[in-house]
Amino acid sequence: MRPQSISDLFWSFSLLALQGFGGVLAVVQRELVERKQWLTREEFLEEWAVAQILPGPNVVNLGLMLGDRCFGTAGALAALAGLLAFPTLIVLLLAALFTGVADMPQVQGALRGMAAVAAGLITATGLKLVPALKKSPMGAGACALFGATAFAAIALLRVPLLSMLLLLGGSACAWAFLCLRRLPATHADPTQPATSRHKGDAP
Amino acid sequence: MSAADWLGLIGHFLSLSLLAVGGAITTAPEMHRYLVGEQHWLSDAQFSSSIALAQAAPGPNVLFVALMGWNIGVNAAGGMQAGALAWALGLGAGMASMVSFLLPSVLLTFYAGRWGQRNREHIGLRAFKAGMAPVVVGLLAATGWVLASSLAGMLTNWHVWLLSSVVALLVWRTRIHMLWLLAVGGALGWSGWI
Repeated sequence: MRPQSISDLFWSFSLLALQGFGGVLAVVQRELVERKQWLTREEFLEEWAVAQILPGPNVVNLGLMLGDRCFGTAGALAALAGLLAFPTLIVLLLAALFTGVADMPQVQGALRGMAAVAAGLITATGLKLVPALKKSPMGAGACALFGATAFAAIALLRVPLLSMLLLLGGSACAWAFLCLRRLPATHADPTQPATSRHKGDAP
Repeated sequence: MSAADWLGLIGHFLSLSLLAVGGAITTAPEMHRYLVGEQHWLSDAQFSSSIALAQAAPGPNVLFVALMGWNIGVNAAGGMQAGALAWALGLGAGMASMVSFLLPSVLLTFYAGRWGQRNREHIGLRAFKAGMAPVVVGLLAATGWVLASSLAGMLTNWHVWLLSSVVALLVWRTRIHMLWLLAVGGALGWSGWI
């Protein structure tokens, strides 16, 4: 499925952004994959990897690429505007009001409580994307290994993100390259449709 | 704010834009060094409350950049009691910060995205996407972990871990709406449980 029009794109991203307390990531996955189904889980993972590697806010990058693909430059601008226009207004208003109440312990507690919920939301987003890895040309074992190493590197060892992406991401890509190159030559397993996954603009 | 200040502010955010790999928040230490340490445009408290407020408010976390600009403008006006001048400078500096922080990365993503779409059947790009997929899954789970542990401090606040885990489980296994969970989290925090 695709967005119906440029204004559909704008309002969808606006609504999505306005639900995104504590970051938009968890909402993006739910809205674009589960509710609107503009992207499959597999496509979302791939797009997210690109959005993550490119500099700038990941959600903004994802919106730009999705909007551009559907409606060209106007679509990219609509997604960008949708993601930023209303949230910017709201956050500036909050900042103007916040000066008076920032020191109230209840307000700080509520902020902490919402941040704790946001942390759980993001972890769940990662868990929900695990089934998308079943179609990976690398096989389940390699995926589990790379995923677990990425988690340990960032969560437990606190390796800087850029080094992790370059070293671990680089090795994973090299491994995927070898797997992909081997696939067409041997009799490819039909349950691992590595060559038919990128159907591009097909509806 | 003098013209040189405006140029300094805009130039600072323009120069950080392409360094923000992995999200805007990765450049926060450099912003702190320049805006708080070198220029004294922002206080430490304003710096951290800009980040906290942007995380709590709806929308992408990159909005903390707009908030920093807003605070810088309001400070330049002499505080909120300056009235209209504070609003004008705050809004102006907030918008200028946001636009200059986003413009370079938006242009890069736009053209890189088109290039990737044209070459999507290339084996190198397919390998990149397939290889990065499990790394991204691990990274998402880790991001939640890091957020929760930064809230919980030294593992002393088990309430945070309990709330985050229950939320993760609910969102993973059910279709409950996220706004309910956020409301519950806010209420629990308000009442002092977190």
